Amino acid sequence: MWLLKLAWKNMWRNRNRTAITIAAVFFSVILSILTNSLQDGIFDNLIKNVVSFYNGYIQVHKQGYWDEQILDNTFEGTSALEDSILALENVNALAPRLESFALASSDTLTKGCLVIGISPEKENSITELKNKLKEGEYLNEQDFGALIAEGLAKRLKLYLHDTLVIIGQGYHGAMAVGKYPIKGILKFGSPDLNDQMLYLSLPAAQELYGAPKMLTSYVVGLENPSNLDPTAEILRDKLGNEYEAMTWEEMMPEVVQHIRTDKGSLVIIQGVLYMLIGFGIIGTLLMMMVERKYEMGMLVAIGMKKRKLMQLMLIESVFTVLSGCILGMLASIPIVFYLNRYPIKFKGELAEVYEEFGFEAIFPTSTNPEIFLTQGLFVICMALLLSLYPIVKIARLDPVAAMKK
Amino acid sequence: MNTVIDAHQVSKTFNPTTIPILAVNNVHLHLERGEFTALVGPSGSGKTTLLNLLGGLDKPDKGSIFINGVDITKLSPNALIDFRLNNIGFVFQSFNLIPVLTARENVELIMQLQHKDRREINERVETLFREIGLEDKLDTRPAQLSGGQQQRVAVARALASKPQFVLADEPTANLDSKSATNLLDIMAKLNQEENITFIFSTHDVRVIERARRVITLVDGQIHSDTAKVSTEVPHTAQKRTP
Ligand SMILES: Nc1ncnc2c1ncn2[C@@H]1O[C@H](COP(=O)(O)OP(=O)(O)O)[C@@H](O)[C@H]1O
Ligand SMILES: [Mg+2]
Repeated sequence: MWLLKLAWKNMWRNRNRTAITIAAVFFSVILSILTNSLQDGIFDNLIKNVVSFYNGYIQVHKQGYWDEQILDNTFEGTSALEDSILALENVNALAPRLESFALASSDTLTKGCLVIGISPEKENSITELKNKLKEGEYLNEQDFGALIAEGLAKRLKLYLHDTLVIIGQGYHGAMAVGKYPIKGILKFGSPDLNDQMLYLSLPAAQELYGAPKMLTSYVVGLENPSNLDPTAEILRDKLGNEYEAMTWEEMMPEVVQHIRTDKGSLVIIQGVLYMLIGFGIIGTLLMMMVERKYEMGMLVAIGMKKRKLMQLMLIESVFTVLSGCILGMLASIPIVFYLNRYPIKFKGELAEVYEEFGFEAIFPTSTNPEIFLTQGLFVICMALLLSLYPIVKIARLDPVAAMKK
Repeated sequence: MNTVIDAHQVSKTFNPTTIPILAVNNVHLHLERGEFTALVGPSGSGKTTLLNLLGGLDKPDKGSIFINGVDITKLSPNALIDFRLNNIGFVFQSFNLIPVLTARENVELIMQLQHKDRREINERVETLFREIGLEDKLDTRPAQLSGGQQQRVAVARALASKPQFVLADEPTANLDSKSATNLLDIMAKLNQEENITFIFSTHDVRVIERARRVITLVDGQIHSDTAKVSTEVPHTAQKRTP
């Protein structure tokens, strides 16, 4: 008990020394939580982008569609098929699509575009399309208006409520032509999407392409995205050979590759960060040992057992490390949440690189509580491990040498 | 006979493998309870080394040192620390006190190490601070005490454990003459009234005058060992027999 009190006095009455150690741990914890949550946040965001921008986590097509994306590779959408997919565990939403490339024209201009027939509410539940509406109104299920991406509209010099003409090839080589008023303008972060997307309601698209009831894909929404592969596996079993179920990783291997490369370089950054943290903590410990060497020598000289002295140092270390860590974790919460809500944005060349892949160059943090805990614990472990250094020093302490000036 | 220290043929060499320095050379020393002994000699003559050996802070290369009948050269490191705690009081040249602790806490610490109970600690602290005349500085931190006051607290701490003897290495070296005299007065009074055994090194002439036995070291050897005959001396210090 008196040892605890002594430790407390040592810490409380030499506030500067204690504050330095606490600060070292405090900033270490903040730094490592922040980098980790940024890292996770960036990748989560990347994946979320992939999913919510367009592809979804899993898509169901007719077997062979992905390799040859033509309207002849469509399947008939039935409520029985929909229900059987929705009945699966981990599947929480389903959005039917009929999509095909076509030409969009205004009076004077013609551009290539991707026409997607959607069920507006179901689509919204997966890709949050409504959020991308910049002007006008969203589609309803039987709508015969069109939603056009901002970039495409600009290139065609079209505005809200203008009329646009779609010309393309329909089902079984038929001619596809239609005239649609622009009901809304969409804004996508990805320039790729922004320059070519054109949404119709499913009935309108099916009529345009002469393919009633036909679909190119079901976009499958997942309750728990980390169970991606097992869910795809179950889907394949259930649907049999007639259909293919593909994960976003299979549909976009270049994104997977990109994430893998980035994660590799982040491991190095992480290593450097932990080294910096380690040196910071060691520095304060070394300083503390130099400052207290005489005092420790004297305590052993007058009769304090080294084991007692070690306990004293350990108590002090645990206290300072824990308080630095808890303070660091608490302080990082608002920072992380702030950067989650107002993410870092890249501009210039770096942003272009990201946008080439079809992603917004924003870097939100992840607010996953696991990060706070694991990083906090990691720094605690590291700091406590490093605190063994003074303990070893005490074991080797020679009071006469320690008290020499 | 009431022997406190009995040292035989004690030698200590530093740097035995490079440039050996024979800091203490074949010293015999016998100290009785109640002595007030000064260890004198020029700088580098081995006073500190000898005191460290007698206090169990360092081990001799040769010889034996019996404190109260126990050969401390044979004790394990841990046993030696415990032995120091319970048998030897230390006063160092300076920086005796833990800076973050008050005067009282510095003195209490040693008794807490001995697992004394609170009541006993309080009583002893009260007595000791009365004896060193610092009852009003109990809750003062070392930085707020003068050098002389700090050394007096150090004496109180050295006595707190009720040791066999108090060992002081140049306790007045950093003090002005008034504080030095005052410290010596307190030590002498404790010696006479409580029969506390003191052995201290010094090269301050005024301090040497107060000692009742003066051992002179030259080049690590005892050059002379004289007891001053005085009527008030209760114990007769003996001249060392070779
Ligand atoms: N740790 C040590 N290593 C090497 N030499 C030492 C050490 N301590 C003391 N000495 C040497 O031993 C001799 C005696 O030193 P010391 O006992 O400090 O003398 P004093 O206290 O009388 O001034 C000196 O020559 C000193 O340089
Ligand atoms: Mg000396």
